[in-house]
Amino acid sequence: MPNLMSGARMLVECLVREGVECIFGYPGGVTLPVYDVFYDHPIRHVLVRHEENAAFAASGYARATGRVGVCCATSGPGSTNLVTGLVDALMDSVPLVALTGQVSTKAIGSDAFQEADTFGITRSCTKHNYLVKNLKDLPAIVHEAFYIASTGRPGPVLIDLPKDILQGQGHYAPVSSIHLPGYKVVTEGHTGQIRRAAQMIWEAERPLVYAGGGIVSSGAHEELRELVELLDAPAVLTLMGLGCLPGDHPNFLSMPGMHGSYAANMSMTHADLLIALGVRFDDRVTGRLSAFAPHAKVIHVDIDPVEIGKNRAADLPIVGDAKRVLRKLLRILHETVAERERKAAARQAWWRQIRAWQKEHPLLPAFSDREIKPQHLMVEIDRLTRGEAIITADVGQHQMWAAQFIRFKRPRHWLCSGGLGAMGFGLPAAMGAQFACPDKLVVAIVGDGGFQMSIPELATIVANRLPVKVVICNNGYLGMVRQWQNLFFNNRLCAVAMEGFPDVEKLGAAYGIPARIVQRPSELATALETALAEPGPYILDVRVSPEENVYPMVPAGAALNEMVLGPPQPVPVPK
Amino acid sequence: MLQVISLLVENKPGALMRITGVLSARGYNIESLTVARTLDPTLSRMTIVVDVDPALRRQVIKQMNRLVNVLQASDLTEERAVAREMVLLRVRAPLESRTAILKEAEIFSARVVDSSVEGFVLEASGDPEKLDEFIDVMRAYGEIEVTRSGIVAVSLESRRLRLSPPVPTRAEREDAGSRLMDVPSS
Repeated sequence: MPNLMSGARMLVECLVREGVECIFGYPGGVTLPVYDVFYDHPIRHVLVRHEENAAFAASGYARATGRVGVCCATSGPGSTNLVTGLVDALMDSVPLVALTGQVSTKAIGSDAFQEADTFGITRSCTKHNYLVKNLKDLPAIVHEAFYIASTGRPGPVLIDLPKDILQGQGHYAPVSSIHLPGYKVVTEGHTGQIRRAAQMIWEAERPLVYAGGGIVSSGAHEELRELVELLDAPAVLTLMGLGCLPGDHPNFLSMPGMHGSYAANMSMTHADLLIALGVRFDDRVTGRLSAFAPHAKVIHVDIDPVEIGKNRAADLPIVGDAKRVLRKLLRILHETVAERERKAAARQAWWRQIRAWQKEHPLLPAFSDREIKPQHLMVEIDRLTRGEAIITADVGQHQMWAAQFIRFKRPRHWLCSGGLGAMGFGLPAAMGAQFACPDKLVVAIVGDGGFQMSIPELATIVANRLPVKVVICNNGYLGMVRQWQNLFFNNRLCAVAMEGFPDVEKLGAAYGIPARIVQRPSELATALETALAEPGPYILDVRVSPEENVYPMVPAGAALNEMVLGPPQPVPVPK
Repeated sequence: MLQVISLLVENKPGALMRITGVLSARGYNIESLTVARTLDPTLSRMTIVVDVDPALRRQVIKQMNRLVNVLQASDLTEERAVAREMVLLRVRAPLESRTAILKEAEIFSARVVDSSVEGFVLEASGDPEKLDEFIDVMRAYGEIEVTRSGIVAVSLESRRLRLSPPVPTRAEREDAGSRLMDVPSS
C-alpha cells in the first residue's frame, strides 16, 4: 500500500499541505516519531533552548507575516512550558498551532512518566484544542486546527498527540474539506448597520478613529488610511495597532491609554463619536471605564461578537472583518461625500482644539548630556531604522518608550506581548520574525529583566546565524515595577534592583556574538549605527538613566483626562 | 438572578469542560446542569441553570456560542419555555404513616418506584418550585433522601439553527486556484 504510513508522517504530510515551512520546537521522548520524519524532510525545524521560546518564536513568525506559526513540544514539561506562549497568542489574537506529544492513549490518566493533562491545562489557553484519540481523525484535526487558528479572530490551537497515535500505521488519504458546523465566523458586516454608521459619521462634530490589532489581522491598514483621510478625522492607534497608520501621519495622535499622549487621551475624553475598529476597549486604553469617552457614541467593528459590548456598550455594533466592513463603509461614504460639509465648521474647531492639546503637552523625548535617557535611545532607533525595521519588545518601560517614540510606517513591524504582557518575549519573537523575513532588519528592544529570561536563546541565534540585533534598555531595575513602587508605594523599592547583571561584552564573547556596552550619550548614535550595520547578530547594552519614569501616565483607576504628565509633582489636568 | 441556558453541542470529549469553563472563568457557580444525547447521537442537549449577573447574561451566551463545539446556545430565562425537573425521594415510613404518604404523593402526582418495609422511593416531576413543596411536605414524615435531576428545559419558540457549511482545506483551495490560473485567457 503506497499510502500506508505512520501517524507522525501523516502529521507532517498535513503540515506540508498547510504550507508550513518552519517549526520551532524542542524534542522529547514521545515526539521522537515526529523527529524521525523531520530527519529527512524539507520542513525546517528550529531547535530552541526552552519551549516557551518556541511558542514566542512561532508568535513572532506569525505576527511578522500573518501566517500561522507552528511550535512543537514533548509531553509533560514540554507542553506545560508552552502555556505562557499560548496565552500570549490568545490575548493578542495570533494564529498559532502548537503540537504536543502525549503519553500513549492507554497510559493517559495513569501519572505516567512525563505525563501532564495538556488537553485540560490548555483548554482555557487556546482558541480550541484537540486530543487525538484515533489515528483516522488525525488529518482532519490538523486541517481544522490551521483553519480555526487563522480565520475569524485568529488564535492558538493545540493538538495533543499520544505516542501510539504517532507510531501507529494507517492509510492516509488527503482531506479535502473541513466540517465545523459550530464554528461561526461572520466576515461580512451588516449592510444596513454600515449605512447607519456612515450617517453617524457625517453627523459627528468631534469624531475620533480608534483602531487596533484587528486592523493588522485583517490587513485593513490601507482602508484605514483612506477612511482617516476621507474624513480628515483624528486617529489613535492602540499598542497592538501601531504601524496601521504611518507614525508621522498628520492625523495620527499617537497611542491612547495609560502611557498614551495627552492629545490622544484628551481627544478620547472629548470626542462625540468613536469609530472603534478592531479594538477591545482594554483597561490599559480606557482607564476608569465609567469615565471613558463620556460624550461619545460608539461604532464598534469587530470580527468577534464577544468583544462587542464587553467593556463599553456599542451604540452601533458591526460584527465583521475590518477590511470588508471598511470597504463597504468607504463606498457608502464616497457616495455621500457631499455630507462632509454639513459639520465642516464644527470639525475645524475640533481640529483646532486637538492641535492646541498637541502644542500644550507634546510627547517629547528627554535628553541629557550626562546620561543616556531611554527616550533618547528610542529616538535614535527611530532615526536609524526609519520605521522600516521589525522591532520586537519585552514588557515594561522600554516597551512603552518604544511605542511612544518609534514611528512605525507599516503594520507587522512592531511585535510585542500586548495583552498578556509576557517578559522574555522580545528576543525569541525577533528570532521568529527573522526566520519569516530573512532580509529584514530585526531589532529586539529588551529590558535588562526580560533579556535575562531569554539569554539561552542566544545559542539559537548563533546556531542559525540569525542577524538579530539585541538592544538592551538597561536601567538596572525592573523599571515599570520600580516606577509603580516609586509613585504608589512611597518609593519603597522591593525586589526590583537587577543586581548581578552579566558583563554583556563577555557574554557575547562566550556565544561568539559581538557585543558592546554604551554609557555616554555622545557615544550612543555611533554605537547604534555600528550595531545595526553588523551583518550578523549584535548585542548592545545601553545603560540608561536608572530612575526615569514613563510619562504621561494614567494611574490605575483614574480617568484618561486625569493623566500625570511628569515629575516631580503630579499635575491634575483641568477638564 | 438565575439564568436558564439551553445548548446544542457536539458530543465530543472536552465540550462540557469548555462550556463550564466560560462560567468558572468568571467565578459563577452552576446551580444545575443536565446533558444527554439528542435524536442525532453526535449531538447533545444541555440545560444549565446558573446565577449570572444580569448585565453579563448576553456576554455569557455569546462566549458559549463562540466555542467550536457549540452549535447553538440560547438564553431561555425570559423567553417562552417549559422547564421541568425530576426528583427521586426516599422516605422512611413506619406502618402507621404509609397511607398518608401515599395520599400526599398522589396530590403531587408522584409515583412509587420502590416499596419496602422501611419505606418508599417516590418519583415526582414537574415545576421545580412545586418539587420544593413536595420535598418539604415529605420531610414531615421522617428522614428523607433526595436526588434531583436538575432542570431540563425546552423553548416554545422556533429558532433557526444556523450551521457553518464545510469549507475546502488550504491545499484544496490552492489547487482550485492554480486550475483557474491554468485556463488560457482569450
